[in-house]
Amino acid sequence: MSELSVNHLLGIKHLDKEDIQLILDTAKEFKEVLNRPIKKVPTLRDITIANLFFENSTRTRLSFELAEKRLSADVVNFSAGSSSVKKGETLIDTVNNILSMKVDMVVMRHPNPGAAEFLSQHVDASIINAGDGAHEHPSQALLDAFSIREKLGALQGLKIAIIGDIVHSRVALSNVLLLQKMGAEVMVCGPTTLIPKYMHTLGVRVEHNLQTAIEWCDVANMLRVQHERQDLKYFPSIAEYRAQYGLTMEHLDALDTPIVVMHPGPINRGVEITSEVADSEHSIILEQVENGVAVRMAVLYLLAEKRKLGTS
Amino acid sequence: MSKREIINSRELNITLNRLCCKLVENHGDFSESILIGLQPRGAQVLERIVRLLENEYNVKNIRTGLLDITFYRDDFRRRDGHLQPNKTKIDFLVEDQKVVFIDDVLYTGRSVRAAMDAILSFGRPAKMELLTLIDRRFSRDLPIQPDYKGRQVDSIESQRVEVLWKEINGRDAVLLTEPTS
Repeated sequence: MSELSVNHLLGIKHLDKEDIQLILDTAKEFKEVLNRPIKKVPTLRDITIANLFFENSTRTRLSFELAEKRLSADVVNFSAGSSSVKKGETLIDTVNNILSMKVDMVVMRHPNPGAAEFLSQHVDASIINAGDGAHEHPSQALLDAFSIREKLGALQGLKIAIIGDIVHSRVALSNVLLLQKMGAEVMVCGPTTLIPKYMHTLGVRVEHNLQTAIEWCDVANMLRVQHERQDLKYFPSIAEYRAQYGLTMEHLDALDTPIVVMHPGPINRGVEITSEVADSEHSIILEQVENGVAVRMAVLYLLAEKRKLGTS
Repeated sequence: MSKREIINSRELNITLNRLCCKLVENHGDFSESILIGLQPRGAQVLERIVRLLENEYNVKNIRTGLLDITFYRDDFRRRDGHLQPNKTKIDFLVEDQKVVFIDDVLYTGRSVRAAMDAILSFGRPAKMELLTLIDRRFSRDLPIQPDYKGRQVDSIESQRVEVLWKEINGRDAVLLTEPTS
């Protein structure tokens, strides 16, 4: 197998099928490392990574930080709330200041779509996009794919329904792109107001009925209703959303063939998914979190490998 | 590229039997010993040795594992190309056990150094030993020597030592490969 074709992880858009396969295969070996009594390997001991979070995050930030520490990298953390960004510093200035402290890789979450790509063109560090606005969240899509593959085998030919708030979701776009590259069929399902108009141009099925979607799919990826990004009213009330798009045990029990239920978190229990479903045997939500660390270790390992000593 | 057979099938079988005898001499019933094949090529030596120990020397219940050293290598980011990890399969702790690393060819010793680092993720062994089918002597970069060696081979850097297995390559043999000038 050869190296990754990219020097940064900006989005699934930039990866080819072989890259995705390489990341998922490598993640499998890192998952084994995470189940050892001592879960640390010395691979990135000469690498320094900055985690720049210009937007709130719990799970992704912790997952990246843990992945970095399991690989023995030196880690510096930065969150916009407690930084000079509040004093008017530009993104490039902030990052260049950090890079002058000899940082090799940057993991960045930013509210603006394209921020990671912009940064990759202006600084000499490997950039990993940990979410840029409603654009892409590639590491989430990779860990979702890893979790599906672990549960059901190959992605080729599987039917995946992404259900809920598609329009505000960076997870949705990255998932659609990745699953299609790996040969899966993808459907998005949700109220008309929460599905972007361009969606059908990506070659995905668009559905507005939850029952039809779960009868069609092998895997239902339930997305969170992103209240914090909704400046307009996209649906009449939470109660109505729950009635139309909330996944319940009754839905699952009525299916002839069991489906796998996923959720990228954080869950609005009782809105897009009931607690019963989230904690049921159908759900692989906690496996997704566990796999997240292994997949991020694989991404960091493969990108660090491209920064040959003497050239970086 | 010219290839010369330096060990044939019969000789390889005798060598493997000798290695097994030495292991039995030092490890008895193997109740406190673990045989670890170093990935990728040590796996085949391990398989053959375990088969001989079980079938010819009546040693039962040998604990074995496979160890991949990719994440512990000292040449990460220092060589061209990709370092693809292999499967590690060690389903037990090695705490206070006698670990024998098994590989096909000992050359610079760097893989063995990485293996000694890697195995500590599974506990602190009472002892570590090294068994190698072929010892390319005079080529070590590190102060590492085998406890059990099948055959010593004198070779220069441009040469390669290749071990063939019946199960994979159709015949048992050890070849010395040298580039034609």
